[in-house]
Amino acid sequence: MENLIQQLINGLSLGSIYALLALGYTMVYGIIKLINFAHGEIYMIGAFVGYYVINYLGVGLIPALLLSMSFTAVLGVIIERVAYKPLRKSSRIAALITAIGVSYLLQNGMIYFVGPEVRSFPQVVENSLYTIGSFQVSKMQVLIIVTTFILMAGLQFIIQKTKMGKAMRAVSIDSQAAELMGINPDLVISFTFFLGSALAGAAGVLVGMYYNSINPMMGYAPGLKAFIAAVLGGIGIVPGAVLGGFAIGLIEVLISGYGNSMVRDAVVYGILIVILLVRPSGILGKHAKEKV
Amino acid sequence: MKKWVAGVTAMTALVLAGCEAGDVENQTGDEGSVKLGSMFELTGAVSAYGNAEANAVSLAIDEINEEGGIDGKTIELFEYDTKSEDTEAASVATKLATQDGVSAIIGPATSGATKSAIPSVNRAEVPLVSPSATDDTVTIDGNGDVQPFAYRIGFQDSFQGVSLAKFAETELDAQTAIILGDNSSDYATGLSATFKENFSGEVVGEENFTADESDFSAVLTRIKNEDFDVLFVPGYYEQAGLIIKQAREMGIEQPILGPDGFGNDTLIDLAGAGNVSDVYYTSHFSVNSEDPKVQGFIESYEETYGSEPDMFSALAYDAVFVVKQAIEEAGDNAPTAVNDALAELSDFEGITGAFSFDENHNPIKSVTIVELQDGEEVNTTEVSPK
Amino acid sequence: MRILNKTNGIWMILIVLSFGLLQGAILLGLIDAFYEITLVTILINMILAIGLNVIIGFSGQFSLGHAGFMAIGAYATGILTKQFPNYGGMAAGIVVGGIIAGIVALIVGIPTLRLKGDYLAIATLGVAEIIRIIILNMGDLTNGAAGLSGIPYLSTWYIGFFLAVVVLIFAANYKYSSVGRATISVREDEIAAESLGIHTTRYKTIAFVMGAVTAAIAGSIHATYFSVISPDQFNFMKSIDILIIVVFGGIGSLTGSVIAATVLGVLNVFLQPFGSFRMILYAIALISIMIFKPSGLMGTKELNISSFIRKKDKSENKKREEKVR
Repeated sequence: MENLIQQLINGLSLGSIYALLALGYTMVYGIIKLINFAHGEIYMIGAFVGYYVINYLGVGLIPALLLSMSFTAVLGVIIERVAYKPLRKSSRIAALITAIGVSYLLQNGMIYFVGPEVRSFPQVVENSLYTIGSFQVSKMQVLIIVTTFILMAGLQFIIQKTKMGKAMRAVSIDSQAAELMGINPDLVISFTFFLGSALAGAAGVLVGMYYNSINPMMGYAPGLKAFIAAVLGGIGIVPGAVLGGFAIGLIEVLISGYGNSMVRDAVVYGILIVILLVRPSGILGKHAKEKV
Repeated sequence: MKKWVAGVTAMTALVLAGCEAGDVENQTGDEGSVKLGSMFELTGAVSAYGNAEANAVSLAIDEINEEGGIDGKTIELFEYDTKSEDTEAASVATKLATQDGVSAIIGPATSGATKSAIPSVNRAEVPLVSPSATDDTVTIDGNGDVQPFAYRIGFQDSFQGVSLAKFAETELDAQTAIILGDNSSDYATGLSATFKENFSGEVVGEENFTADESDFSAVLTRIKNEDFDVLFVPGYYEQAGLIIKQAREMGIEQPILGPDGFGNDTLIDLAGAGNVSDVYYTSHFSVNSEDPKVQGFIESYEETYGSEPDMFSALAYDAVFVVKQAIEEAGDNAPTAVNDALAELSDFEGITGAFSFDENHNPIKSVTIVELQDGEEVNTTEVSPK
Repeated sequence: MRILNKTNGIWMILIVLSFGLLQGAILLGLIDAFYEITLVTILINMILAIGLNVIIGFSGQFSLGHAGFMAIGAYATGILTKQFPNYGGMAAGIVVGGIIAGIVALIVGIPTLRLKGDYLAIATLGVAEIIRIIILNMGDLTNGAAGLSGIPYLSTWYIGFFLAVVVLIFAANYKYSSVGRATISVREDEIAAESLGIHTTRYKTIAFVMGAVTAAIAGSIHATYFSVISPDQFNFMKSIDILIIVVFGGIGSLTGSVIAATVLGVLNVFLQPFGSFRMILYAIALISIMIFKPSGLMGTKELNISSFIRKKDKSENKKREEKVR
């Protein structure tokens, strides 16, 4: 039982990383129906920005987070303007290939310019263990879980309560109708990329801090997992992304902890397929009636 | 339509640029030079190892050229990227062996890519020296015969696995062991298999992770509750560093044993020096060695690339000098002559030790096991696997 | 429609001509061992892209798991030819691999093809990963992570060329058959197709199974040409590579896939001297092509020879049309 609680804590902290990344996927998908494959790479860039500002400017965690978030936010907007905007009228699959191209460009550009080797992330927060009863929680785990919830709540607030959020929801339902109502969809889409990429930047810094390891290929695997999490939770729905992230994290940890770790990924995909078959629009997704 | 034209123009420009770059490289070839090929995983999943090796290869070749080349001939290097893809490795090996006409090929870093390149070099009859392909079957074919044109500088998996198992029982007095490896990597599966076979104690658990993971807490929590004497982690420093960190922070105090893949200082950075105690790994090469050759290599590597060389770059550096010695001994840079000399190569003295090739083209080396305490190398033990 | 009409004749001549050109170039030494590897890679990618185009382009179903089916073909052929190192073993491997891939596609396809768009993409991605992980854990049969090496070197570019032509002809005939037209109607408007009495799931499944079988064929050539296979070769990135060829050539255009496989194969060779800078150039090329020509080289059109002929002899064409009326 103690063991189970410990494993659940492990699962929550792993899941919160997937959740942070899944938020960005879900927002972009929700508004322009694009699987932004470059999202994992933006997260990687965020981690590297954090690495450089801490190492060379000597700043602390909060300024590093903010600097990294603003850098990736701007990068996200630039990518959207240059690579995705010209494709808004063409097929979604063409936009998807462009996203893959951007992801290749960022990853290989970083390999070319900073080198592919793993770096250890500067430790600005002294990690310590809290022992509660017979199980342990580390300060970084608490920090990551708490940050995920704060960011999710902030995001939910922006989407539900602000004017921009209203505009985002309008564009995601019907971009043309929104335009007729005086909303500038280009601006709204850029804003979505701004928010999503900032979240990825934050995730990058937190992950770098938590695991103490960054490299240019780090975005690929969590990016894929986070996208799966977003689909699992119901893509386009903010709480769904968080739920999906936690679900994948917990499933992975429970399989590694109690089952056969060799088939872990296969089981995760298997569960995913079954859930999609039972609830094709994800756990929290609403089943949309098809328009004829 | 205009956009379409622009797109085609961009494509054509790229293709033309490609042609030109190719031509330039071909033109520089002249009779007074020795051509060598370098093919490594410069991009993609395993590019960290590939780049470390490619850097060391070009460093070694610059050094040789500065000192007058091989038998007075300068070395001309043809360098390609295999993208961490096996089919690309086959293609690049063919290009080096047939179009560029190199005397020998150095690379790739991983067993899979090396095995894919071997059919190509066999057909073209050009020797290939892989610095770090470890799989037992790299230098022998399906019938157990030696691959005539393939060599390696690093340990083969079985050799290392035996030494580690022996070290665990004799030096660490281990009765029970747990293996935590990456089952999607042939490096880990090869090592675990020989370790299990040769360890006289009991392997009480076998756990797995995948190379792209950074969170090992679930599997470590499970391990923590087991009763065991030593944790064997057949993997590379990227994951091993994190495993050591997470295991020690969680309170797993047992000794951790690892293969030569631990041989990079990043291991200690990743784990945090305070956590790296009771860690043992096999090594070809130590940055603390007093050998002036080793120190010279470390110095010039740091000067050129701004980081400390690791086990991979040391092996690749030696690979170049192995080829150099073979060409000198053959007195000829025709690929088949170089190959004959390589097969006969003996008493090579490099920075990863002195060795000769055995009948299966594997280096005959002794295994040194390094002990780390508080992130510092405190002790080395030599183990002979026989 | 006669089999030996002008269009088919010209296609046959084109195929024979390109075969002759390649053969001549090899005999003259213009194509050396290196270009031959490139040629076979292009042919393998061509088969993969045509197969994926049947799924994505004809039936409109978004599959991200093509490499998984390729792995089935490669392993079936690898295992069989290591036992029977001759062309009989290879033929058996192609057949067995094709059948297993087809059965897996059928089992997976019937439930998952009900999913829409990106959900299907994720499901197929998951299937391919599951296939890969199963292969990884099959013990001595597949030799785990190290994979199979020493597979007899049976494939030549002749076999690759022949199979690519067979797959292309098959896919082209499928496209213009009644089944193919029904499949395309599913792509165009699933609800409208259904209301016309077309069993949409059936046609989607047919396309999916066909794509899987062709991928297995490509895998068989891959195994017996490169002689080394490992689970790593058939990862998600491989599926993406194939998808790029299909989109670059034009979704739904078979000739587009053929041209794209060739162009990208040649581009790769030209970029080789750039070392690690190559992937950056490749990425920039990919992005710019998509921005400037998002529908791919050919769009949904084919390189259409019959319309070319029609322009030349309108009179004959008119007569034919009158007959049809």
